[in-house]
Amino acid sequence: MTEEVASRPESPNRPIRVLIAKPGLDGHDRGAKVLVRALRDAGFEVVYTGLFQTPESIANAALQEDVDVIGLSILSGAHLAIFPRIMDELNRRGVSALVIAGGTIPDEDIDHIKALGVAAIFGPGTSFAEITTFLREQTPARTDVL
Amino acid sequence: MGLLDRLAQGDISALARLASYIENGDPLGNDAINQLYPATGNALVVGITGPPGAGKSTLIDGMIETWRTLEHRVGVIAIDPTSPVSGGATLGDRIRIRERTDDPEVFVRSMASRGRRGGLAPATAGMVHLLDAAGFDRILVETVGVGQEEVDVASLAHLTILLQVPGAGDGVQALKAGLLEIADLYAVNKADLPGAEMLVRELNSIAMLGLDSGSKARSPHVVKVSAMTGDGVEKLVTEIEKLGSERRDARSPSCVRIARAEITALVTDRVRRSIDSDCGQKQIESLVVDVAERRLSPRDASEIVLSKLSVSTSPGPDR
Repeated sequence: MTEEVASRPESPNRPIRVLIAKPGLDGHDRGAKVLVRALRDAGFEVVYTGLFQTPESIANAALQEDVDVIGLSILSGAHLAIFPRIMDELNRRGVSALVIAGGTIPDEDIDHIKALGVAAIFGPGTSFAEITTFLREQTPARTDVL
Repeated sequence: MGLLDRLAQGDISALARLASYIENGDPLGNDAINQLYPATGNALVVGITGPPGAGKSTLIDGMIETWRTLEHRVGVIAIDPTSPVSGGATLGDRIRIRERTDDPEVFVRSMASRGRRGGLAPATAGMVHLLDAAGFDRILVETVGVGQEEVDVASLAHLTILLQVPGAGDGVQALKAGLLEIADLYAVNKADLPGAEMLVRELNSIAMLGLDSGSKARSPHVVKVSAMTGDGVEKLVTEIEKLGSERRDARSPSCVRIARAEITALVTDRVRRSIDSDCGQKQIESLVVDVAERRLSPRDASEIVLSKLSVSTSPGPDR
């Protein structure tokens, strides 16, 4: 391997796992696919579930895959309607992953979205380096016992 | 509450978290497998392999459906390749395997191959034990999309299905050694495409050649399916159940074979890690000049290294 694997702070050889999801009726997945590719190339393990995901299916995939990060890509304008439902479904299942969002989210909605528990919003023009640095720094450490 | 107690109560997030520790070779994962192993051995483990795009994930979706109507609990381990360049991976098998959000009796987990070349990830066997212990009595292991030689899945599954599609070569391909030899069932997917009948005939005739020559190789049945429409999937599951019923017995040759393969793989991994360690590399470095200048043969050098390797201690990261 010529690059360092994108790892969690407490375990240098453990790749960070990311779920990239396209919620709702939104067929524009170029941004999501570009990000999947960029994260893969930066050493992340990326689960991609395809288009038209419901809040329930996103939460189900995040739960079973035990991802560190959930990236929601939305360009339909329905973020104010669907993000609260996604956060509810995640909470209901006890999923504590870092949630980030991207796509077309107007500035005036950002505070509202962040108040739901979305850690960061990466709009058009964000550099990959900004995203990967944020994820490497913000991925929470894990402390479980058998 | 600890992860194992939560697992025992059916907590899916504990199952998923344990899967991560096992996948990462964390000591916590190793301890978990050691504690859970006595309670395993109830699942039928089925390997699904075939070339990229053959329809493995789509077929798995259909098999989940069929097994759920028979009230089996289904666990799926789906493996995609890790980039040899970045160490990252795109895990896309869930696109074809529908989310069953209301059904806790289905659990799907994606794994990256993490440098392994045989079609599986290093911790796949551990993951099978975890799902088995969690009560999933049908476990599907989907390999990465394979070529001709990635046969590892046969070493941890009770039986292996090779999924093929029409249009990928003539009958001589089926005479070649490797993947075709380790399958217990051949499934021909995309059965509506031209050439499907011919592929079925060729695979059948290859199976017959095996019978005629009295060779020890198995002669697998050929099942035509359309993973997309679901045609043939029930028949495939029926064949699996028929073959699988005897092989799940702990005293059956297949269970002994799986145990043997897993011990061998764990020992091999440990030796490999010992060689890769600083200490092992130092041993090798101390001999390379002698070998290069012909004062020592490579084989004698290897004996010296082997005699000095410490492989019995240090439970570093492994499956």
